[in-house]
Amino acid sequence: MIVAGIDVGAKNVHAVLIQDGVVLAKAAVVSGFDQEESAERGLQEAARVAGIDRSAIQAIAATGAGRKALAIAGQQPTEVLADGRGAAKLRPGARTVIDVGADEARAIRLSPEGKVLDFAINEKCAAGAGAFVEAMSRALDMSLGDFATSSLGSTQSIPMNAQCTVFAESEVVSLIHANTPAADIARAVHDAMASRVSAMVRRIGVDDPVVLGGGAALNVGFVKSLSEALGGVNVEVLPDAEYLGALGAALIAWESAS
Amino acid sequence: MTETQHFWRWSEKTYQAPDLDWRAASSITVGVDVGSVSSQAVILADGKLLAFNSTRTGSSSPDSALRAFRGAAEPIGLTLDDISYAVGTGYGRVNVPFADRTITEIACHARGANHMGGPSIRTILDMGGQDCKVIRIDERGKVLNFIMNDKCAAGTGRGMEVIADVLSVPIEDIGRRSFEIDEEPAAVSNVCTVFAKSEATSLLRAGWSVNKVLAAYCAAMAQRVAGLIERMQVEREFFITGGIGKNIGVTRRIERLIGVEAIKLPADSVLDPQIAGALGASLFAHSLYRKAQKEAAAAGGTAPGNGGTPGGAAEPAGEGAGVAG
Repeated sequence: MIVAGIDVGAKNVHAVLIQDGVVLAKAAVVSGFDQEESAERGLQEAARVAGIDRSAIQAIAATGAGRKALAIAGQQPTEVLADGRGAAKLRPGARTVIDVGADEARAIRLSPEGKVLDFAINEKCAAGAGAFVEAMSRALDMSLGDFATSSLGSTQSIPMNAQCTVFAESEVVSLIHANTPAADIARAVHDAMASRVSAMVRRIGVDDPVVLGGGAALNVGFVKSLSEALGGVNVEVLPDAEYLGALGAALIAWESAS
Repeated sequence: MTETQHFWRWSEKTYQAPDLDWRAASSITVGVDVGSVSSQAVILADGKLLAFNSTRTGSSSPDSALRAFRGAAEPIGLTLDDISYAVGTGYGRVNVPFADRTITEIACHARGANHMGGPSIRTILDMGGQDCKVIRIDERGKVLNFIMNDKCAAGTGRGMEVIADVLSVPIEDIGRRSFEIDEEPAAVSNVCTVFAKSEATSLLRAGWSVNKVLAAYCAAMAQRVAGLIERMQVEREFFITGGIGKNIGVTRRIERLIGVEAIKLPADSVLDPQIAGALGASLFAHSLYRKAQKEAAAAGGTAPGNGGTPGGAAEPAGEGAGVAG
C-alpha cells in the first residue's frame, strides 16, 4: 500500500510517499496561489519520481498552513503533530524539535517516546522565520546559498539593532555603505534571526538532543548562530530537513491505514 | 525606456512666507528634524514662521539635515551664516552639523503639536517613518508621559510605503482610495508587513479590488495603532503628527476605533503635520536664543551667535521625557 504525506507551506509544497512503511519517494514544488492545485502538483511530482501512477496513492495526510484547504486529504494533522512524528522517526530519542520554515517557526518538546509535550509557534513576525534571511540576502544581492556559507567566514560579530525585517533591510543597506564585509553582515543577520528563534525555543525549554528541520536547517550560517544562541548546544540537522512535516504526515497516514 | 515608478515616493514640500522680510528680523532660529525616513527644517524669523522644507532622509544624516535646511532657506537667500540658533531633533539629531543643541523628538513633537493644535491638546499620536508614539502633554506642551513602538514596521510610514509599492498605488492616494469601496472589509489578518505583502497579493488574486485591499490594510494599521493609543488612554484634545497623519485611510479609522476625533489644522493653514517635530525644535531654538540673549545682557556681554555651546542653555520644557529612537 502507498500513502502520501503532504506539507503545504507558505513557500513550498513537500510531498513524501511511503510504501509498506518505507519512504518511496519525495518531491518539492513551489506553492502557488491555489493550494489544492499546488498540493496536486506536489503529489503528481512525487508519483513521477516514484515511477508510479498518481492513482496508486491510497491515502493522503496533509499538514502545513494550507492543510485545511485540501479536500483530497483524509487526515489533516497539525504541523506540530507532523513535525513531532517525523522527528521521532528520523532521530529516535529527540527531545527538542525546531522547525524553521519560510513564514513560520515552531519549537516542540517531545517525551522520550516521541509524544508531543509542549510547543511554541511564531507565525506573527517575519523576523523569526526564513523570510528574514531571504530578504537580507536579496538586499546584499547574494544567493541564499552564498549568503549562508559566507557567514561562517565572519571575523567579527556586529549586533543588529533592527528587529523588524523591513527595518533590518535599511540597516543592512547602511552596513553595506559603511563597507562592512559581507561575511560579517551575513553573520549579523543569522545571529539576529537565531536570537529570535532561540527565545521561542526557550519558552518550552531546551532538552538534548536538539534537532532542526525546515528549510532554514539547510542554512549552515543559521545553524551555527542558532547553536550559539542556545548556549552552545549541539543542534543536529535532520536528514532531508525540509521534508520533516511531509514525512510526519506520511507516517501518520501510514499508521492509520495499516 | 520608461522610468520605474516609485509608488512609495511622497511629495517633498517647501514653503516660504510671502510677506516676511527676514533681513529685518533680529533673530533667525532653526529646527531640524532628521527622521529615519524624512527630514524637515523649519525657520523662524523673530519667532514667526518664515520657511520650511520636508525631504527624504538619505544615507547620510548630516547631508539630509543640510538638504532640508537649504530647501527652506535658499529660495529666500538665507544661508547657514544667518542662523542665530539651531536645534536638532529626530533619530539623526546628533548628526545635524549646524545645531547648537539637540532635543528629543518627543519633546519637539509635543511643543510643535501644542503650537499647531493649541493649548487644549493633551494627547498626541506621532506616526513617523519607522516608529509610532503616543505622547501625553500638558497645556504648555510639556511632555508628561509617552509610549512608543519602534520595533516593528506594521503601523509605521515605512510599512505603508511597502504596501504602496506592492499594490502600485501612489502613497498619497491610498487614504482616499481606501474609502472608495462598497463595504468595509475585515482588516488583513497579518500584522507583519512582510506577511501582509503576501496576504495583499493573495487577496488580489482572490478577486478583491485594489481599493478593498487598501481598506483592509489601513484598517489593520489603524487597529495596531489604536491598541498603542489605548494603552496610554486618550485624553482630549487629540492631535496627530507625522507623515501618516496625512493618510485619512488610517487616521479616520483610528478615530472610529478610539471614538475620539482628532483636532485638524484649518483648511487654509500652511502648516503640515509632518513638520511638527522640526517646528517644535525651531520654537525651542527661539526660546533658548532669547533666554541666552537676556542672560548675556544681564551679564553685560553679547548674545551667542551660531556655534554657541550646545547644552549651555537652560533645560527646555519637556526635557527629561526620555531619549527615543
